[in-house]
Amino acid sequence: MEIRPDIFFIIVGAALVTFIPRVLPLMLLSRITIPEWGMRWLSHVPIAVMAALVAQELLIEDGRFARLSTNVELIAALPAFWVAVKTRSLLGTVLTGMAALLLLRLIFG
Amino acid sequence: MQEPAQPEPFAAAGKESSFLQGVKDCIPTLLGYLSIGFAAGVVEKTAGLSFAEIALISILLYAGSAQFIAAGMIAAGSAGAGIILTILLVNLRHLLLSAALSPYFRHLSPLKNMLVGALLTDETFGVAIQESAKRQAISEKWMHGLNITAYLNWILANLAGAYLGQWITRPEALGLDFALPAMFIGLLVLTIVSRSKYKLDIIVALIAAAVAVGASMIWSASMGVILATVIASTLGMVIEKWK
Repeated sequence: MEIRPDIFFIIVGAALVTFIPRVLPLMLLSRITIPEWGMRWLSHVPIAVMAALVAQELLIEDGRFARLSTNVELIAALPAFWVAVKTRSLLGTVLTGMAALLLLRLIFG
Repeated sequence: MQEPAQPEPFAAAGKESSFLQGVKDCIPTLLGYLSIGFAAGVVEKTAGLSFAEIALISILLYAGSAQFIAAGMIAAGSAGAGIILTILLVNLRHLLLSAALSPYFRHLSPLKNMLVGALLTDETFGVAIQESAKRQAISEKWMHGLNITAYLNWILANLAGAYLGQWITRPEALGLDFALPAMFIGLLVLTIVSRSKYKLDIIVALIAAAVAVGASMIWSASMGVILATVIASTLGMVIEKWK
Protein backbone atom coordinates (compact mmCIF):
# COMPACT_ATOMS: atom_id res chain seq x y z
CA MET A 1 0.00 0.00 0.00
CA GLU A 2 1.99 2.96 -1.19
CA ILE A 3 1.21 6.23 -2.90
CA ARG A 4 4.05 7.75 -4.91
CA PRO A 5 4.35 11.55 -4.57
CA ASP A 6 4.21 12.25 -8.32
CA ILE A 7 1.10 10.07 -8.72
CA PHE A 8 -0.44 11.77 -5.69
CA PHE A 9 -0.02 15.22 -7.28
CA ILE A 10 -1.43 14.03 -10.61
CA ILE A 11 -4.50 12.60 -8.85
CA VAL A 12 -5.08 15.68 -6.68
CA GLY A 13 -4.57 18.04 -9.65
CA ALA A 14 -6.88 16.00 -11.87
CA ALA A 15 -9.48 15.84 -9.08
CA LEU A 16 -9.35 19.61 -8.64
CA VAL A 17 -9.81 20.44 -12.34
CA THR A 18 -12.70 17.95 -12.40
CA PHE A 19 -14.35 19.26 -9.24
CA ILE A 20 -14.48 22.91 -10.37
CA PRO A 21 -16.52 22.46 -13.59
CA ARG A 22 -18.82 20.07 -11.70
CA VAL A 23 -19.76 22.51 -8.94
CA LEU A 24 -19.23 26.02 -10.35
CA PRO A 25 -22.32 26.38 -12.59
CA LEU A 26 -24.56 24.91 -9.88
CA MET A 27 -23.13 27.36 -7.33
CA LEU A 28 -23.07 30.49 -9.48
CA LEU A 29 -25.59 30.22 -12.27
CA SER A 30 -28.42 31.72 -10.27
CA ARG A 31 -26.22 34.82 -9.88
CA ILE A 32 -24.43 35.28 -13.22
CA THR A 33 -25.66 34.72 -16.75
CA ILE A 34 -23.49 33.27 -19.48
CA PRO A 35 -24.01 35.20 -22.77
CA GLU A 36 -26.03 33.41 -25.42
CA TRP A 37 -23.05 32.79 -27.73
CA GLY A 38 -21.14 31.33 -24.77
CA MET A 39 -23.90 28.83 -24.04
CA ARG A 40 -24.03 27.93 -27.73
CA TRP A 41 -20.27 27.41 -27.86
CA LEU A 42 -20.43 25.30 -24.69
CA SER A 43 -23.29 23.24 -26.11
CA HIS A 44 -20.92 21.85 -28.77
CA VAL A 45 -18.16 20.96 -26.32
CA PRO A 46 -19.46 17.52 -25.21
CA ILE A 47 -19.86 16.31 -28.82
CA ALA A 48 -16.47 17.71 -29.87
CA VAL A 49 -14.62 16.19 -26.89
CA MET A 50 -16.25 12.76 -27.24
CA ALA A 51 -15.72 12.64 -31.02
CA ALA A 52 -12.07 13.67 -30.62
CA LEU A 53 -11.51 10.94 -28.02
CA VAL A 54 -13.27 8.26 -30.10
CA ALA A 55 -11.22 9.22 -33.18
CA GLN A 56 -7.96 9.11 -31.20
CA GLU A 57 -8.80 5.78 -29.58
CA LEU A 58 -9.73 4.18 -32.90
CA LEU A 59 -7.32 5.75 -35.38
CA ILE A 60 -4.12 6.70 -33.54
CA GLU A 61 -1.56 4.21 -32.36
CA ASP A 62 1.66 5.39 -30.71
CA GLY A 63 1.24 8.87 -32.19
CA ARG A 64 0.74 7.58 -35.73
CA PHE A 65 -2.23 6.80 -37.93
CA ALA A 66 -3.10 3.15 -37.19
CA ARG A 67 -2.78 0.84 -40.19
CA LEU A 68 -6.32 0.27 -41.45
CA SER A 69 -5.65 -3.30 -42.60
CA THR A 70 -4.83 -4.46 -39.05
CA ASN A 71 -7.16 -2.14 -37.14
CA VAL A 72 -9.55 -4.54 -35.38
CA GLU A 73 -10.62 -1.78 -32.94
CA LEU A 74 -12.12 0.17 -35.82
CA ILE A 75 -14.12 -2.87 -36.95
CA ALA A 76 -15.24 -3.61 -33.36
CA ALA A 77 -16.48 -0.01 -33.13
CA LEU A 78 -19.07 -0.60 -35.87
CA PRO A 79 -21.36 -2.98 -33.90
CA ALA A 80 -20.84 -0.73 -30.84
CA PHE A 81 -22.09 2.31 -32.81
CA TRP A 82 -25.01 0.26 -34.16
CA VAL A 83 -26.08 -0.94 -30.70
CA ALA A 84 -25.75 2.60 -29.29
CA VAL A 85 -28.03 4.02 -31.98
CA LYS A 86 -30.55 1.16 -31.74
CA THR A 87 -30.74 0.58 -27.98
CA ARG A 88 -29.45 3.88 -26.50
CA SER A 89 -27.90 1.75 -23.78
CA LEU A 90 -24.46 2.62 -22.47
CA LEU A 91 -23.96 -0.83 -20.98
CA GLY A 92 -25.14 -2.56 -24.16
CA THR A 93 -22.69 -0.48 -26.20
CA VAL A 94 -19.74 -1.24 -23.91
CA LEU A 95 -20.46 -4.98 -23.75
CA THR A 96 -21.02 -5.20 -27.52
CA GLY A 97 -17.76 -3.40 -28.27
CA MET A 98 -15.78 -5.58 -25.88
CA ALA A 99 -17.36 -8.80 -27.15
CA ALA A 100 -16.80 -7.79 -30.78
CA LEU A 101 -13.12 -7.00 -30.15
CA LEU A 102 -12.64 -10.24 -28.21
CA LEU A 103 -14.16 -12.21 -31.08
CA LEU A 104 -12.10 -10.39 -33.73
CA ARG A 105 -8.89 -11.00 -31.79
CA LEU A 106 -9.74 -14.69 -31.46
CA ILE A 107 -10.31 -14.94 -35.20
CA PHE A 108 -7.37 -12.84 -36.40
CA GLY A 109 -5.08 -13.62 -33.46
CA MET B 1 -26.57 13.20 7.28
CA GLN B 2 -28.98 14.60 9.89
CA GLU B 3 -30.79 17.75 8.91
CA PRO B 4 -33.59 19.70 10.56
CA ALA B 5 -36.91 19.41 8.78
CA GLN B 6 -37.46 22.40 6.51
CA PRO B 7 -40.43 23.47 4.43
CA GLU B 8 -39.50 22.50 0.90
CA PRO B 9 -41.20 23.19 -2.43
CA PHE B 10 -41.55 19.46 -3.04
CA ALA B 11 -42.72 18.61 0.48
CA ALA B 12 -46.03 17.39 -0.92
CA ALA B 13 -44.18 14.77 -2.93
CA GLY B 14 -43.42 12.97 0.36
CA LYS B 15 -41.47 9.76 0.10
CA GLU B 16 -41.00 10.15 -3.64
CA SER B 17 -38.20 12.63 -3.03
CA SER B 18 -36.52 10.84 -0.12
CA PHE B 19 -32.89 9.71 0.09
CA LEU B 20 -34.03 6.09 -0.26
CA GLN B 21 -35.95 6.88 -3.44
CA GLY B 22 -32.78 8.40 -4.85
CA VAL B 23 -30.95 5.16 -4.04
CA LYS B 24 -33.69 3.17 -5.81
CA ASP B 25 -33.66 5.43 -8.85
CA CYS B 26 -29.90 4.85 -9.16
CA ILE B 27 -30.24 1.06 -9.46
CA PRO B 28 -30.81 0.86 -13.26
CA THR B 29 -27.43 2.55 -13.85
CA LEU B 30 -25.45 0.43 -11.38
CA LEU B 31 -24.61 -2.49 -13.65
CA GLY B 32 -23.30 -0.23 -16.41
CA TYR B 33 -20.95 1.65 -14.15
CA LEU B 34 -20.00 -1.53 -12.30
CA SER B 35 -18.60 -2.98 -15.53
CA ILE B 36 -16.85 0.23 -16.55
CA GLY B 37 -15.49 0.74 -13.02
CA PHE B 38 -14.24 -2.83 -12.97
CA ALA B 39 -12.52 -2.33 -16.32
CA ALA B 40 -11.02 0.95 -15.02
CA GLY B 41 -9.66 -0.86 -11.96
CA VAL B 42 -8.02 -3.55 -14.10
CA VAL B 43 -6.53 -1.00 -16.50
CA GLU B 44 -5.25 1.14 -13.61
CA LYS B 45 -3.68 -1.92 -12.02
CA THR B 46 -2.00 -3.03 -15.24
CA ALA B 47 -0.82 0.57 -15.78
CA GLY B 48 1.24 0.10 -12.63
CA LEU B 49 -0.88 1.92 -10.05
CA SER B 50 -0.91 0.49 -6.53
CA PHE B 51 -4.09 -0.56 -4.71
CA ALA B 52 -3.89 2.58 -2.53
CA GLU B 53 -3.43 4.81 -5.59
CA ILE B 54 -6.45 3.21 -7.26
CA ALA B 55 -8.53 3.78 -4.12
CA LEU B 56 -7.38 7.41 -4.06
CA ILE B 57 -8.08 8.07 -7.73
CA SER B 58 -11.59 6.60 -7.61
CA ILE B 59 -12.42 8.47 -4.38
CA LEU B 60 -10.99 11.87 -5.39
CA LEU B 61 -11.31 11.95 -9.18
CA TYR B 62 -14.46 9.81 -9.55
CA ALA B 63 -14.70 10.09 -13.33
CA GLY B 64 -14.61 7.07 -15.63
CA SER B 65 -13.09 8.48 -18.79
CA ALA B 66 -10.59 10.62 -16.87
CA GLN B 67 -9.37 7.60 -14.87
CA PHE B 68 -8.80 5.54 -18.02
CA ILE B 69 -6.92 8.45 -19.57
CA ALA B 70 -4.85 9.03 -16.42
CA ALA B 71 -3.93 5.33 -16.30
CA GLY B 72 -2.97 5.28 -19.97
CA MET B 73 -0.90 8.46 -19.76
CA ILE B 74 0.81 7.44 -16.50
CA ALA B 75 1.74 4.11 -18.08
CA ALA B 76 3.09 5.98 -21.12
CA GLY B 77 5.20 8.19 -18.84
CA SER B 78 3.46 11.45 -19.82
CA ALA B 79 4.20 14.67 -17.92
CA GLY B 80 1.90 15.43 -14.97
CA ALA B 81 0.85 18.84 -16.35
CA GLY B 82 -0.18 17.26 -19.67
CA ILE B 83 -2.27 14.62 -17.88
CA ILE B 84 -4.05 17.22 -15.74
CA LEU B 85 -4.71 19.49 -18.75
CA THR B 86 -6.15 16.59 -20.77
CA ILE B 87 -8.42 15.61 -17.88
CA LEU B 88 -9.55 19.23 -17.48
CA LEU B 89 -10.63 19.25 -21.14
CA VAL B 90 -12.26 15.84 -20.99
CA ASN B 91 -14.25 16.85 -17.92
CA LEU B 92 -15.20 20.34 -19.13
CA ARG B 93 -18.46 18.79 -20.29
CA HIS B 94 -19.49 18.74 -16.62
CA LEU B 95 -19.89 22.54 -16.92
CA LEU B 96 -22.86 21.93 -19.17
CA LEU B 97 -24.34 19.15 -17.06
CA SER B 98 -24.00 21.30 -13.96
CA ALA B 99 -25.45 24.34 -15.76
CA ALA B 100 -28.39 22.31 -17.05
CA LEU B 101 -29.23 21.07 -13.54
CA SER B 102 -28.87 24.46 -11.84
CA PRO B 103 -32.49 25.64 -12.39
CA TYR B 104 -33.74 22.68 -10.33
CA PHE B 105 -31.52 23.49 -7.35
CA ARG B 106 -32.21 27.21 -6.98
CA HIS B 107 -33.76 26.53 -3.55
CA LEU B 108 -30.38 25.47 -2.14
CA SER B 109 -27.50 27.58 -0.83
CA PRO B 110 -24.24 27.70 -2.87
CA LEU B 111 -22.57 25.40 -0.34
CA LYS B 112 -25.32 22.79 -0.63
CA ASN B 113 -25.18 23.09 -4.41
CA MET B 114 -21.45 22.40 -4.22
CA LEU B 115 -22.20 19.13 -2.43
CA VAL B 116 -24.82 18.25 -5.06
CA GLY B 117 -22.40 18.99 -7.92
CA ALA B 118 -19.32 17.35 -6.41
CA LEU B 119 -20.56 13.86 -7.31
CA LEU B 120 -22.17 14.74 -10.65
CA THR B 121 -21.58 12.23 -13.44
CA ASP B 122 -23.06 11.55 -16.88
CA GLU B 123 -25.20 8.81 -15.39
CA THR B 124 -26.52 10.66 -12.33
CA PHE B 125 -27.15 13.67 -14.58
CA GLY B 126 -29.25 11.49 -16.89
CA VAL B 127 -31.32 10.17 -13.99
CA ALA B 128 -31.70 13.65 -12.45
CA ILE B 129 -32.86 15.22 -15.73
CA GLN B 130 -35.55 12.54 -15.98
CA GLU B 131 -36.58 13.36 -12.40
CA SER B 132 -36.72 17.08 -13.25
CA ALA B 133 -39.41 16.36 -15.84
CA LYS B 134 -41.70 15.30 -12.98
CA ARG B 135 -41.28 18.28 -10.66
CA GLN B 136 -40.11 21.88 -10.54
CA ALA B 137 -37.34 21.38 -8.01
CA ILE B 138 -35.22 18.32 -7.30
CA SER B 139 -34.97 17.24 -3.66
CA GLU B 140 -31.53 17.59 -2.11
CA LYS B 141 -31.93 14.32 -0.20
CA TRP B 142 -33.05 12.45 -3.32
CA MET B 143 -30.03 13.77 -5.24
CA HIS B 144 -27.66 12.72 -2.44
CA GLY B 145 -29.25 9.24 -2.42
CA LEU B 146 -28.66 8.97 -6.16
CA ASN B 147 -25.14 10.44 -6.06
CA ILE B 148 -23.82 8.51 -3.06
CA THR B 149 -25.13 5.17 -4.37
CA ALA B 150 -23.41 5.72 -7.72
CA TYR B 151 -20.23 6.88 -5.94
CA LEU B 152 -19.95 3.84 -3.63
CA ASN B 153 -20.72 1.50 -6.54
CA TRP B 154 -17.92 3.13 -8.54
CA ILE B 155 -15.31 2.86 -5.76
CA LEU B 156 -16.22 -0.80 -5.13
CA ALA B 157 -16.04 -1.61 -8.84
CA ASN B 158 -12.60 0.02 -9.13
CA LEU B 159 -11.24 -1.86 -6.13
CA ALA B 160 -12.67 -5.16 -7.38
CA GLY B 161 -11.01 -4.53 -10.75
CA ALA B 162 -7.73 -3.62 -9.04
CA TYR B 163 -7.86 -6.76 -6.92
CA LEU B 164 -8.57 -9.11 -9.80
CA GLY B 165 -6.21 -7.12 -12.01
CA GLN B 166 -3.32 -8.74 -10.15
CA TRP B 167 -3.98 -11.91 -12.12
CA ILE B 168 -4.84 -10.22 -15.38
CA THR B 169 -1.54 -9.44 -17.06
CA ARG B 170 -3.04 -8.63 -20.43
CA PRO B 171 -6.40 -6.81 -20.20
CA GLU B 172 -6.47 -6.87 -24.03
CA ALA B 173 -7.09 -10.60 -23.90
CA LEU B 174 -10.46 -9.89 -22.28
CA GLY B 175 -11.35 -6.93 -24.50
CA LEU B 176 -11.24 -4.73 -21.37
CA ASP B 177 -9.10 -2.11 -23.08
CA PHE B 178 -12.07 -1.46 -25.35
CA ALA B 179 -14.40 -0.48 -22.47
CA LEU B 180 -13.23 3.14 -22.72
CA PRO B 181 -13.56 3.71 -26.49
CA ALA B 182 -16.90 1.87 -26.37
CA MET B 183 -18.08 4.08 -23.51
CA PHE B 184 -17.11 7.20 -25.48
CA ILE B 185 -18.96 5.82 -28.52
CA GLY B 186 -22.01 5.23 -26.31
CA LEU B 187 -21.88 8.70 -24.72
CA LEU B 188 -21.32 10.37 -28.11
CA VAL B 189 -24.24 8.57 -29.77
CA LEU B 190 -26.55 9.00 -26.76
CA THR B 191 -25.81 12.72 -26.59
CA ILE B 192 -26.39 13.22 -30.33
CA VAL B 193 -29.61 11.19 -30.27
CA SER B 194 -30.99 13.07 -27.24
CA ARG B 195 -30.49 16.53 -28.82
CA SER B 196 -32.15 15.95 -32.21
CA LYS B 197 -29.79 18.36 -33.97
CA TYR B 198 -28.29 15.43 -35.87
CA LYS B 199 -26.87 17.26 -38.89
CA LEU B 200 -25.04 19.96 -36.93
CA ASP B 201 -23.86 17.55 -34.22
CA ILE B 202 -22.49 15.08 -36.78
CA ILE B 203 -20.68 17.90 -38.63
CA VAL B 204 -19.12 19.07 -35.33
CA ALA B 205 -18.17 15.46 -34.48
CA LEU B 206 -16.51 14.89 -37.87
CA ILE B 207 -14.56 18.17 -37.66
CA ALA B 208 -13.42 17.28 -34.13
CA ALA B 209 -12.40 13.76 -35.21
CA ALA B 210 -10.38 15.06 -38.18
CA VAL B 211 -8.61 17.77 -36.14
CA ALA B 212 -7.94 15.31 -33.29
CA VAL B 213 -6.30 12.78 -35.60
CA GLY B 214 -4.26 15.41 -37.46
CA ALA B 215 -3.07 17.25 -34.35
CA SER B 216 -2.28 13.99 -32.53
CA MET B 217 0.06 12.97 -35.34
CA ILE B 218 1.77 16.36 -35.48
CA TRP B 219 1.90 17.25 -31.76
CA SER B 220 0.43 15.07 -28.98
CA ALA B 221 -2.78 13.37 -27.92
CA SER B 222 -3.68 16.02 -25.33
CA MET B 223 -3.00 18.80 -27.87
CA GLY B 224 -5.27 16.91 -30.25
CA VAL B 225 -8.20 16.98 -27.81
CA ILE B 226 -7.67 20.68 -27.00
CA LEU B 227 -7.48 21.84 -30.63
CA ALA B 228 -10.33 19.58 -31.75
CA THR B 229 -12.63 20.89 -29.01
CA VAL B 230 -11.85 24.57 -29.59
CA ILE B 231 -11.98 24.41 -33.41
CA ALA B 232 -15.04 22.13 -33.71
CA SER B 233 -17.07 24.01 -31.05
CA THR B 234 -16.26 27.37 -32.66
CA LEU B 235 -17.15 26.14 -36.15
CA GLY B 236 -20.34 24.59 -34.75
CA MET B 237 -21.27 27.96 -33.24
CA VAL B 238 -20.52 29.75 -36.55
CA ILE B 239 -22.48 27.24 -38.66
CA GLU B 240 -25.42 27.56 -36.27
CA LYS B 241 -25.32 31.36 -36.61
CA TRP B 242 -25.39 31.17 -40.42
CA LYS B 243 -28.61 29.23 -40.57
